[in-house]
Amino acid sequence: MVAKKSIKYLVVLVLSLTSVLGFASVSDPVQGAEAGDPVDTAEEINSYIKHHLKDAHDFHLYTDNKTGKHYGFSLPVIVWTSKGLKTFMSSAFHHDDSGSVIVNKDDVKLVKIHSKIYELDKGANVVNFDETHHAKNAHAVLDFSITKSVFGMLVTGLLMILLFGLLARGYKKGNVIPKGFSRVLEPLVIYVRDEIARPNIGEKKYKKFMSFLLTVFFFIWILNMLGLTPFGFNVTGQIAVTACLAIFTVVIYMFSGTKDFWAHTLWMPGVPYVLRPVLALVELVGFVIIKPFSLLIRLFANITAGHFVVMSLIALMITLKASFGPVVSTGMSLILSLFIMVIEILVAFLQAFIFTMLSSLFIGMAVEEHDHAH
Amino acid sequence: MDQLLNDFSPGLFFMQAVILLILILLMRAFAWKPILEALQTREDGIQNALDAAEKAKLEMQNLNADNERLLKEARLERETMLKEARDIKSKMIDDAKLEAQSQADIMIEQAQAAIKGEKKAALAELKNQVAGLSLEIAEKVLRTELSNNDKQLQLVEKMLSEKSLN
Amino acid sequence: MYNLIGAGLIVIGGGLGLGQIGGKAMESIARQPEASGKIQTAMIIIGALLEGLAFGALILGK
Repeated sequence: MVAKKSIKYLVVLVLSLTSVLGFASVSDPVQGAEAGDPVDTAEEINSYIKHHLKDAHDFHLYTDNKTGKHYGFSLPVIVWTSKGLKTFMSSAFHHDDSGSVIVNKDDVKLVKIHSKIYELDKGANVVNFDETHHAKNAHAVLDFSITKSVFGMLVTGLLMILLFGLLARGYKKGNVIPKGFSRVLEPLVIYVRDEIARPNIGEKKYKKFMSFLLTVFFFIWILNMLGLTPFGFNVTGQIAVTACLAIFTVVIYMFSGTKDFWAHTLWMPGVPYVLRPVLALVELVGFVIIKPFSLLIRLFANITAGHFVVMSLIALMITLKASFGPVVSTGMSLILSLFIMVIEILVAFLQAFIFTMLSSLFIGMAVEEHDHAH
Repeated sequence: MDQLLNDFSPGLFFMQAVILLILILLMRAFAWKPILEALQTREDGIQNALDAAEKAKLEMQNLNADNERLLKEARLERETMLKEARDIKSKMIDDAKLEAQSQADIMIEQAQAAIKGEKKAALAELKNQVAGLSLEIAEKVLRTELSNNDKQLQLVEKMLSEKSLN
Repeated sequence: MYNLIGAGLIVIGGGLGLGQIGGKAMESIARQPEASGKIQTAMIIIGALLEGLAFGALILGK
């Protein structure tokens, strides 16, 4: 009963997505930038992968090489410029990514270069580049757009609220044992509670942090898995996203630190007085900078590297065609990318697990109470 | 590092912070709290049930032990009763035997005494009768023997010969 | 060029470290199979810390 309902929800979700796609592809007559030019050289593949690893302002599914038509839908752009907040749809850029299409919004000239939106300086009409391909007469703006990553996060959030809300409602209805898909989710929640939070934070205090840990665990996991789908999300491979997650952890353990924790961090007992300020500095740097930095870099680098490897192996199909023929190169790329994909599924879980595990470890360090006197 | 900093989008950071914060609050209110509470109550229920089962088991064990003890006691009692009965029986038999013996002894003694008396009396009478009879016989013999001379002589001779033999 | 050499050195160091962690963990699991869950968790955590170190060095060197 509940299972049927949840399946229905999923179907509705998928349908709503695809209907938006269909609608967008019809209503969005995109003028192809590189019509009739498939991505087939090493440089093109490289830039394609680099482009994928970055955030995007539109949801691009695939490009028809014959007609040069892009399939996908555009997402809203919200930028804070020198003249206030400006909003428009990303279709205004016509899929241009090199700064040649200039969007004029109430005397603010905006261009998109390498998935980043720049505002042209006053009086400029064309973007001038220096030797290192940096725009000389434009500056970056604060970009609050619903980018592809933000879209992915929203989808993930919705999915989580749907799935776990269903599980919660099952309990409220009086089902002691959940039914349907909820039956898969319940052990995961118990796993996070019993294997991650309880042993690291301690029996007495873990309850306060459960909401954060559970949310972060499932958020990262679902986003990682979403990154493995052909939709091409790369949310946890955005350094801003992982930085935000890590800073949440830091803020939480800094604000829930006990007196003991601060005493041990800032004025370590049992150590010569001369050394104490040095130790305090080391500890503070460790807690404020090194620990969050390792958290954010780990997640970012793992996911980015995973995407890079999978896309490179898929691209083997094209790069090796000349030397091995189409059949061998396709087979090789298929087998290798399948193999790496399986590992990536493991990594998707492992990174979510490690992020949550280390977060709870750090929180556990901060809330630990030493009952022994030094 | 430079490239990373260049890739870092403050806007995305801000959006992510807002979304994550809202998501944590929403999930806390609508999912995690009820789920964790339900899990807790369920686990408590299971624990209670287990405890109750353990308690019942213990009680059952106690009851069994009691039963065993009662049975043992009953068996012991029966045993003692049986033993007592056996003892009484053998005692009664012994007593009866003893009584019978003594009774018999007394009777035998009496009978012996009576027999002795009777015997004495019979012997005395026999003696009397034998003495009477012998006297009668001796009278008759003497009468017949001493009726003629020959016979008297014969007797004397016989007696004399007997004397010589001695 | 130099950062590529540095990346290679990082990978060598990280590989040695991961090998040590994995090998010792395997040994201890073989010695005490009943504690395999705890050993695995500790192994993953230490591996993750090492990984963070290596990635940090890679990113800083890039």
